[in-house]
Amino acid sequence: MSWQKAFLQQLDEAGIFVKLEDVSPFVALWQIDDKHWQRFAELAAENKLRWAAGFAEQIDGQFYVHACFEKSGNYILLRATVNASKPELPSQATVYAAANRSERHTHDMFGIEFLNHPDPRCWMRHKAWGKHDYPLRHDFPVQGSPAEITPPDTDYHFIQSHGVGVYEIPVGPVHAGIIEPGHFRFQAVGELILNLEERLGYVHKGTEKIAEGRTPEGLAKLAGRVSGDTCVSHAWAACMAMEQAANVEIPPRAALIRGIFAERERIANHLGDIGAICNDVAFTFAFMQMMRLKELWCRTNYELFGHRSLMDKIVVGGVAVDVSEAASKFMLTDMTQLRAELADLIPAIDLNSSLEDRLYTAGYLSPETAAHFGTLGFVGRASGQDFDVRRDAPYAPYDSVAVKVAAENQGDIASRFWVRYKEINASLKLIEQFIEQLANLPEGDLVANWQTPKAESYGLGIVDGWRGEIISYVRFGENNTIARFYPRDPSQLNWEALEKAVLNNIVPDFPVCNKSFNCSYSGCDL
Amino acid sequence: MFKLFKKVLTTGVVTENFKAPHDAELETLGIEIKRRIDQKFTGSLAIRAVDAGSCNGCELEIHALNNPFYDVERFGIHFVASPRHADVLLVTGVVSRHMQTALLRTYDATPNPKWVIAMGDCASCGGEFGVSYASCGAVSNVIPVDMTITGCPPSPLVLLKALLALMEK
Repeated sequence: MSWQKAFLQQLDEAGIFVKLEDVSPFVALWQIDDKHWQRFAELAAENKLRWAAGFAEQIDGQFYVHACFEKSGNYILLRATVNASKPELPSQATVYAAANRSERHTHDMFGIEFLNHPDPRCWMRHKAWGKHDYPLRHDFPVQGSPAEITPPDTDYHFIQSHGVGVYEIPVGPVHAGIIEPGHFRFQAVGELILNLEERLGYVHKGTEKIAEGRTPEGLAKLAGRVSGDTCVSHAWAACMAMEQAANVEIPPRAALIRGIFAERERIANHLGDIGAICNDVAFTFAFMQMMRLKELWCRTNYELFGHRSLMDKIVVGGVAVDVSEAASKFMLTDMTQLRAELADLIPAIDLNSSLEDRLYTAGYLSPETAAHFGTLGFVGRASGQDFDVRRDAPYAPYDSVAVKVAAENQGDIASRFWVRYKEINASLKLIEQFIEQLANLPEGDLVANWQTPKAESYGLGIVDGWRGEIISYVRFGENNTIARFYPRDPSQLNWEALEKAVLNNIVPDFPVCNKSFNCSYSGCDL
Repeated sequence: MFKLFKKVLTTGVVTENFKAPHDAELETLGIEIKRRIDQKFTGSLAIRAVDAGSCNGCELEIHALNNPFYDVERFGIHFVASPRHADVLLVTGVVSRHMQTALLRTYDATPNPKWVIAMGDCASCGGEFGVSYASCGAVSNVIPVDMTITGCPPSPLVLLKALLALMEK
């Protein structure tokens, strides 16, 4: 806990008074005055704290504004209280690029002004609600007052470029492939990308608003649909936050099963994406083989646990389905098979020179840029950002095993490809260890008894999903209902790094660059 | 290269046979448009997938249709890159208000005769998200829907059977 002490002393010298409170073993609440919001960020940056998340909430006549920082696996949940009559505070985006879109999101949803913010454009708001309406304020009804047909958002000011031979390519929101909607604006010369700007928010479904008033069970279901490819980890993060608020400890058996499900989710996505990366450079052999392996993996999920992507298997207080001895045995055989298949496949892929030609050096993200945007998960790990919640802020069941984190600093598509392959192997080992531990546990409860949390109690769930760290904030209201839910998908930070990784690549390589990041649109738009 | 060919040969053909659904199954899919489809598109179906506000869960299962187990193209079903090439719009998700105009324009850009399939619980009836300031709810609240496939998400098998039902003579 040494860096906190030194940091606190430094804050004290700067005249910033901090009110401390413990939230969980790895999270502490630090409350400061709103006028120090930016100064705090400056000192945090000097101390090399990572900016991890930002969100607000309305409590009666005031707003709580939160920012989450991390260093060496210890988290600070920073809070400032601002008055609803004039909600403003200095921006942290001037210090942390990672805070940029998050603050714009908070502005659009709450009407909180971040003074001196480097980018005053709206982010989440298109045309579904008015400029002076703020959906997450209590006086905004969940149905809002939308027009019969919401017009397209045509007056967003993209960066313009001038000069001979520079042209613009608008792409989306409806894309050519079977993927989520979003808009990309390229400035290009010939085939070379000069600049890329992302415009997201198209799949904004009001997730934060419709979470309000839900039961814990209802929130677990909704959280599983924040990003459908991450249903296990998002549900886990939300449940962890709720369990923390209610002071409920999940049974050890449930923790192990959650671990198994989360690693199965990671493997499924990595298998699919490794194939899809190959597909984007027209190497169909690897694509089809990987899709085959993924299908087998999903079928095992269905046969053993009743759902191909394990949706709704994480419930508040535990898990919805047991892992029987027979299921464990089945999984072990299955994993031996997968290893043998990969042992055939990966060398065949590795030896392919055309693939090498396309993946190496393309989509380069430097370790500096990755750190600048707080890049997470395999994208960060391929660019030297060696952070993993499972190892650095371990939660059950990861506190009982050694988590090996695959990190590289080559930063190109190939590096992300190989980090993902290494993560498959690491996850297989983790599942084996969890199965072994499960065998030594007596059969027991899968769900802890729920106790209604006190009104106003809150929790911060932090887990490592397959895209990286997920942070989920939940506050309860009266009668066991949800007052505030905010999930921070790793994509929210990784999207901005993608804008930089594609620079100086050719436009036709954008799909493979994009796939090598595979950011979630839904998890970002909420 | 040898390793590659060896893997291709040892893997063999994993593609599975699927029987066209019988009447009871057709009933559950609610297909009364089948006959009309037969007249117009015998033998081939070009599909444009549109995510109008999905969580990406449905997209994963659409992807699976192209894997070697289901190999949907052998039935003449293929996914196209533009609505102008499409016979069918396969729409996933609730229609977010920010996607409403985009979906309407995609629908307009699809040449007649055309059919709309709402895939998944969200697209069929609003699912977990329903109607709100940000969401128009089910696809049928925005464009006419000819067929719904429920499930969260529907499995590739259910999806394939529904598509085969459209094609089967």
